[in-house]
Amino acid sequence: QLPTGLYKKVLVILHDSILPYMNEPTLMMDFLTVAYGIGGAISLLALNGLFILIHQHNLEYPDFYKKLYSLLDPSIYHVKYRARFFHLADLFLSSSHLPAYLVAAFIKRLSRLALTAPPDSLLMVIPFICNLFRRHPACKVLVHRPNGPEDMSEDPYIMEEEEPSESRALESSLWEIQSLQNHYHPDVAKAAAILNQSLSEIEDDISGLLELSAYELFDKEVTKKAVDVPLEFEQVRGLFGKKNDIFAEHFTLD
Amino acid sequence: SNPFEVKVNRQKFNILGRKTKNDVGLPGVSRSKAIRKRTQTLLKEYKERGKTNVFKDKRFGEYDTKISPEEKMIRRFALERQKNYGKKNIYNLNEDEELTHYGQSLAEIEKLNDIVDSDSDTEEKGTLSAELTASHFGGGGGLLRKKASSGQQDEEEKPKSRKELIEEMIAKSKQEKQERQNRRESALELTEKLDNDWKEIHTLIARKPPKSERKDKEVEKPKPDEYDMIVRELGFEMKAKPSERMKTEEELAKEEQARLQKLEADRLRRMRGIDEEANKKKPSHVSADDLADGFILDKDDRCLLSYKDGKINLENEDKEEKDNEEEEEEEGGKEDDESEEESEQESANENEEDGAADSHSDLESDLESEEEAAGNKEQKKHKINENESQNVEELDPKMKAATSELPYMFAVPESFEIFKSLLAGRTVEQQLTILERIQKCNHPSLAVGNKAKLEKLVGFLLDYIGELATLDLPELRTIDKLVLPLYNLCQMFPEAASDSIKFILREAAHDMEEVIEVKGRATFPGLDTLIYLKITSLLFPTSDFWHPVVTPAFIYMSQLLTKCRITTLQDVIKGLFICCLFLEYVSFSRRFVPELINFLLGVLHISLPKKQAQGYTVVHPFTPVGKNLELLLVCDKQDLESWQKQHLPLSTVTALKETSRTEMNHIRLSCIALCFDLIKKCAALYESLPSFHEIMHPIRILLMQHVPVNEYPEKLQEWYQSALKELETKEKHYTPLVCEKKKPVPLKQYTPKIVKVLEFGRKQAGSKKEQERKQLIQRHKRELKGAIREIRKDNQFLARTQLSEIMERDSARKRKVKELLGSLATQEGEWKAMKRKKGKT
Repeated sequence: QLPTGLYKKVLVILHDSILPYMNEPTLMMDFLTVAYGIGGAISLLALNGLFILIHQHNLEYPDFYKKLYSLLDPSIYHVKYRARFFHLADLFLSSSHLPAYLVAAFIKRLSRLALTAPPDSLLMVIPFICNLFRRHPACKVLVHRPNGPEDMSEDPYIMEEEEPSESRALESSLWEIQSLQNHYHPDVAKAAAILNQSLSEIEDDISGLLELSAYELFDKEVTKKAVDVPLEFEQVRGLFGKKNDIFAEHFTLD
Repeated sequence: SNPFEVKVNRQKFNILGRKTKNDVGLPGVSRSKAIRKRTQTLLKEYKERGKTNVFKDKRFGEYDTKISPEEKMIRRFALERQKNYGKKNIYNLNEDEELTHYGQSLAEIEKLNDIVDSDSDTEEKGTLSAELTASHFGGGGGLLRKKASSGQQDEEEKPKSRKELIEEMIAKSKQEKQERQNRRESALELTEKLDNDWKEIHTLIARKPPKSERKDKEVEKPKPDEYDMIVRELGFEMKAKPSERMKTEEELAKEEQARLQKLEADRLRRMRGIDEEANKKKPSHVSADDLADGFILDKDDRCLLSYKDGKINLENEDKEEKDNEEEEEEEGGKEDDESEEESEQESANENEEDGAADSHSDLESDLESEEEAAGNKEQKKHKINENESQNVEELDPKMKAATSELPYMFAVPESFEIFKSLLAGRTVEQQLTILERIQKCNHPSLAVGNKAKLEKLVGFLLDYIGELATLDLPELRTIDKLVLPLYNLCQMFPEAASDSIKFILREAAHDMEEVIEVKGRATFPGLDTLIYLKITSLLFPTSDFWHPVVTPAFIYMSQLLTKCRITTLQDVIKGLFICCLFLEYVSFSRRFVPELINFLLGVLHISLPKKQAQGYTVVHPFTPVGKNLELLLVCDKQDLESWQKQHLPLSTVTALKETSRTEMNHIRLSCIALCFDLIKKCAALYESLPSFHEIMHPIRILLMQHVPVNEYPEKLQEWYQSALKELETKEKHYTPLVCEKKKPVPLKQYTPKIVKVLEFGRKQAGSKKEQERKQLIQRHKRELKGAIREIRKDNQFLARTQLSEIMERDSARKRKVKELLGSLATQEGEWKAMKRKKGKT
C-alpha cells in the first residue's frame, strides 16, 4: 500500500525505532507478514521486525523457514542489506533443534548461490557455512561421505524445489565449495579449502566479516608488503603480443 | 682467612667438568661489606629524608679536571671582573684599573722587592738575585710563590711532576722528528738539484758517455745463462687452462629448455601457493634473469663457438664484433664526425645485409644461445625489430638519418614534464631509441644514484602510456611499442614497477570508491586503466596464487564488473574487454571467476528482446527489468545480413564516433560474437571444476531457450553453435566429497626421549631463539629474586637503625629522668636535713 522507497525506509527503522515504543507491537503483525510475503529486498527488511515479534511477542509464523529458504536467490550476495540478512539468518539457524535436512538445504542453496557471488560475500558466507556445519554435525555428510556411490551423473539436490524437505540436499555433496577452492582470490580459495579438513570445534566469528566491502579487500591486498615481486619471464612482443592472445582475436589497436 | 668464617656448600655429587662458583662463601665479610655500603648510601638518604636543601658548589670549574689550575684561576678572575664591570666603586677615585702581575698588584710587588733586596744584599752585593730576576721578568711559572720558600729553592730545581716530565719528553721527540724531516727534505732538495745539474751537463756530453756506460754495465752483469732464461720463462708462462668445452647446438637448445622448464616449474609452484613461506625465505627470484641486466657493459666478451651441420658457426663471431664496434661507437658518444656516422651507417647496412642473407639461422642461434650476453641479445632483438619495421615500412634512409641526429647521451628526466618534452614530437622509433639510450647511459652499474633515477623512469613511462591512452585519438600503436622498454625496465626494477602499478591501481580503485559513495553507482574507467590492467598481465605472472600486483588487479577488475553500471555500448565493450582480461589472467591457472560468468550472462541478457519467462537470474549490475535492456538488441534485417565479423577497435572505448545505425548494429553483433567466444573459452577453462554444470546452467538455459539463433547471420550462428557445443559436450561427473584423513594422533610412548648432549650444563632443547628466550626468562627471574632480597635487606637495615635510634632516645630520656629524680632526691634530702636541724635547734 506504500511506495517502494518509503516501504523500505519504514522497514529499515522499524525494529529499533518503532517497535520498542509501541504499546501493542503485535499490531504490526499484519503489516510485517504482508511485507514478508512481497519478496525481494522488502522481504529481507521485514525479516528483522518479524523476528522481534516472533522472539518477544509469541508470534506463530507457519512455514517460517520455508519462506526464509525461498528468500535465498542470487541477489542476496549483491544487495545492500546483505549484512543485515546474514546476521539474522545466523540467528535463525543457530538453534540446534533444527532438523538436519533443513540446515543441509540451506547450506546447499547458499553454496549454490555462492557460485555467482563476489569475493567479499564469499569471504563471509564460507565461514557462515562452516559454522552451520559445526552446529549441526549431522550435515557433515555434505562434505564427508566415505561410503557413498562412486560416481553420480547428476547432483541429487533440486535447486528449483521450494520445500526444503523435498530438495534432497542431504544426498548431495558440496561440490560448489570444492569449485570455489579454485577461486581467483587467494583468501577465498584458502577459506574454501578449510572444508577439506575436519573442522575445529570453535565457531568462527563472522560479525566482522558481514560488513566487508570490496574496497576494503582491495585495500588490504594493495597495502600488503611483498618481499619480492615475481616477474613474467616471457618476453613481451607488444600489447597484444602474447601467445594465443584473446585480445588479438577480437580487438584492434586502432 | 679464619676457617670459622668460611662457609662451604657441600656438593652432593661431584660432577666432572662442571665449574663451581659458589662452593665457598665468606658470609661475615660479605655481610660487613653490605652493611658498609648501606651506611654509605641508604643511611645517608635516611638521615637526610626530611631535608630538602641541597648544597651546591658554584665555584667555577671546581670539579672540572680538564682545566688546569692556572687556567682555572684566570677564568675565575675574568668572571669576577665581568661581574664587577660597570659597578663603580664610589670610593675608587682614579678610574684606572690596578695593574697586576699574576694577580698581585704591582705596588705590592715593589714593596716586597724592597724587602727582598735588603735581605739578599747581605750575601751577594751588586748582583741581581735569581728571585729578583724571576719576579721582574716573569721567568717562572709559579704563580703565588711564597717569598720564604723561594729563598731556598729555585723554580728549575723544583722536582717536576710526572705529567710535566712526560710532556717534556713528548715535546722533545716532536722536535726531533721535525728536525729529521727537515734534514730529509733538504737532502732531497739537494739530490734533485744535483740531478738537474747532471742533466744539464748530460746534454752537453750526450754523445760519448752512454756507450762507455753501457759497456760498464755489461761488464758488471754477466750474461745470463740460456738455460736459466728458459727455466724462468717456463716458470712465468701462463699455464694452459682447460677451457670450457665448446657446446653443440643441441646442448645449447637443451640448456635453454632446461631454463624455461625451471621457470615454468617455479610458476606452477607459485600458482598452487603451497610453499609460500619456503618461497619467501629464498633469495629473490628473478624470472628472466638474463634480461635483468640488459646492458652492454655487463656483457661477456668471449664469443662462444657453436657448431652447425658439422661446421663451426662463425657468423656469430663476426656479428658480435660488428656489434661491438657499433656499441663502442655509440658509447663513444659525442663525436659527431660525419665520417664516423657514415661508417656507422655502413656497418649497420652490412649488418642488415647479413641479417637478410641468413636471417633464419641468426634468429635461431639468437634464440638458442642463451649464454650470449644479455645486452647483446637485447640489442639484436631491437635490431631485428628495426629490421622488420624497416622492411615493412620502407622508410629506411630517412629514419636512419633522423635517428643518428639524436644525441647519444641522455640524462634521466627529473620530472614527468621533462620526460614528456623529451619524447614530444618524435616518432615511435625515435622514442624507443631515446628510452634505450637513457637506460644505457644511466645503467645502475655506472653511478650510484642511477638506480633511483631509472626507477623513477618506470613511473614516468607508465604515466606517459596513460596519457597516450587518454588522448581523444589514443595512440595505441605507440603504446604497443613502448611496452617493450617498459618490460625491460620492469625486469631491472621489479619493486619500482610493482609499486608504480600498485599506485595506479590504488588511485583508480579509490576514485571508484569515491564515486560510489557520492552517486551510489560507478562508471567504467577510461581506456588508460584498461591498458594498465593489460600491461600488468604482460609484466607480471598472473597465475600466482598470490601476487602483490596481480591480486589487487583481480579484485579491482571484479569490482569493475560488479559495481559499474552498463548504460552505453561503450560500457559493454569495456566490460567485455575486462572479461577478456580476466580470462587471460586465469588462462594458465584456471581459476574460477564468478563475475566473469555473471557478466557474460548479463551481456547476453541485454541482447535479448524483453520477455517475461526466464529460468535464470541475472545479478548486479544487470537487472531483469529496467531501461538498459535491449542495449545489444539488433532488429534490422539488413544490418543483420551485412554483418561481417570485425575486430573491435579500442578507440571506440574513448569516443564512439557518431556512426550510422548500421555500424552501431555491427558493433553490437561483434560484441555478441565476442561474448559467444568468451563463453566457449570459459567452458573449456572450467571444464574440470566439479560444479561446472551448475556454474554454466544459467548461460546454457539462456543460449538454448532464449537466444534468437535463427535471426542471426550465419557467421554468428557458427559462433553460437561452437559455444553451445563446448557447453553441451561436457559430461556430468560427480563424486561424493570425502574429507582428508586426519593424521592419527600418536600414542604416548614410554621410552625415554634421547637427546644428544653437546655441552654439559646447558639446556639443549629448542631452537636458538627458544633458547635465548629461556635464558632471558631465567635471567629475569634471577634478577627479580636478587632485587627482592636486596629490598628485604634494606628494610631490615632500616628497621635496625630505627630501633637503635629509638633505644638511644629512650635511654637518654631514662638517664635524664634519673638525673632529675636524683637531683630532686638530693634537694629533698637537703631540705629534710635542714628541717631536722631546725627541729634540733
